[in-house]
Amino acid sequence: MSVKIKVENLNAWYGRNQVLKDINLEIEANKVTAIIGPSGCGKSTFIRCLNRLHEVVPGARVRGHVWVDGQDLYAPGVDPTEVRHRIGMVFQKPNPFPTMSIFENVAVGVRIHGLKPGVKLEEIVERSLRMAALWEEVSDRLYTSGVSLSGGQQQRLCIARALAVEPEVLLLDEPCASLDPISTLKIEDLLVELKKNYTIVIVTHNMQQAARVSDYTAFLLDGELVEYGPTPEIFTRPRDKRTEDYITGRFG
Amino acid sequence: MNKGRDTFFLQITRLAALSIVFIIIVMAHELFRGSELAFSRFGLGFLTGSEWDPVHGKFGSWPLIYGTLVSSLVALALAVPLSLGVAIFLAELAPPWLREPLSFLVELLAAIPSVVYGLWGLFVLVPWLRDVVQPLLGKTLGFLPLFQGPPLGVGMLAAGMVLAIMILPIITAVSREVLLAVPQSQREAMLALGATRWETIRRAVLPYGRSGIIGAIILGLGRALGETMAVTMVIGNRPQVSASLFDLGQTIASVIANEFSEGFDELHLSALIASALLLFIITFSVNIIARLLVWKVSISQGVSRD
Repeated sequence: MSVKIKVENLNAWYGRNQVLKDINLEIEANKVTAIIGPSGCGKSTFIRCLNRLHEVVPGARVRGHVWVDGQDLYAPGVDPTEVRHRIGMVFQKPNPFPTMSIFENVAVGVRIHGLKPGVKLEEIVERSLRMAALWEEVSDRLYTSGVSLSGGQQQRLCIARALAVEPEVLLLDEPCASLDPISTLKIEDLLVELKKNYTIVIVTHNMQQAARVSDYTAFLLDGELVEYGPTPEIFTRPRDKRTEDYITGRFG
Repeated sequence: MNKGRDTFFLQITRLAALSIVFIIIVMAHELFRGSELAFSRFGLGFLTGSEWDPVHGKFGSWPLIYGTLVSSLVALALAVPLSLGVAIFLAELAPPWLREPLSFLVELLAAIPSVVYGLWGLFVLVPWLRDVVQPLLGKTLGFLPLFQGPPLGVGMLAAGMVLAIMILPIITAVSREVLLAVPQSQREAMLALGATRWETIRRAVLPYGRSGIIGAIILGLGRALGETMAVTMVIGNRPQVSASLFDLGQTIASVIANEFSEGFDELHLSALIASALLLFIITFSVNIIARLLVWKVSISQGVSRD
């Protein structure tokens, strides 16, 4: 058991609208942590603060600390591009680069950061696609367009793309929201496999999904962290009435 | 009763649509008919002949075609990088308070009548080219055939530069729209990989908008090819083929503007109409090529899936 990410007094705003209020929590390494909560509760904003992507939206602001392996991502002088290199992200809608081939989609991040000496780009691409459980399906058409794939395949391509730059943490923002049940299952299996090597944080509005894949669950409501703990406990013995109401489907 | 009205409405709009086809056919027909004399007299020599001499009744339009293409290409070479720079700044980097005024200024450039550009070109640009730019280019890059000869000010370079300023607004405005239409998710996907802003623009935003930007450039080219007044005022109006951009030249549009009032003899008139036909064909094919290109690019990008 070791803490990978420590979030301390995290506040976030869009303009004057405060969307996160004093969030404090610790995320375990090599575990899947699910963030659940009703729409608009700030769960997407929360994980976008973990890779400093929140601040690219005009008017968006963050205050607080996110410690990753003891380093504060919001300390002065920290380069956000370096943060995003270490902390990968997969988005709600599959967003492969349409002008690039499948190969190039995976390779592009490596091209940005430069290839380590002695490593072949082809190997990285193959390894990333294998980790994303996509290799078998695309190995014979690596040079066709990434958007020729199905939605579920595109999302796994985006996972492969994120893995190719060798991040330590993988953030997923409702990665199955636009996918069919079979593709969703594939991605869930994949997450369980990936946590051996990565720390995973997944936002989901699907509570069954949170229950199936995650080790820890955080429940956010109106920008506040209501409850956080091991997933079985949150789902069987919630301490807060609001958590209970939410997971039993009484609102949200 | 209602059905009757519908039918009536359908017929009216159909008539409007057909009239477009009709206008093009009539124009093409008139141009072909009017140019018959010139083509029967000179044959293919009308296209390849390098002498355009109304006084002696010799009409070879190669210098005009050459002048049209070269002045437009010079314009593109100057305007494309500048326009893309402005468009990228406006769409991606400019602080919000600067965007609107700057976009407005760019659009204002498009509203200036071309004769004003011509006047400005003749009285400001040409002396500057003659006294400063051309001597400098001659000294530094004079080993290139492009920059040889006496600095006259007027000529191909002046025409290209005036054209560049004139097509800057359209290329900028269309490219800016294209860049603004690139989904935010594409930018975030690239940023999330640890890309800088510039890498995000270069590797995600520009490729995504590629076909639209090509369209914008071709639109600019179309304008440059047909632009008449400003070019006529600064190009020097001498129909000749010269490798140097310092030399005088002539374009199809400017020869027509210059000579239509003197085309009293039938052959001269026919030759002018024939060159109008050429311009018609050139701009027509440029547009077709542009459409095909954009169409092909958007197919290979699979944009149609979205």
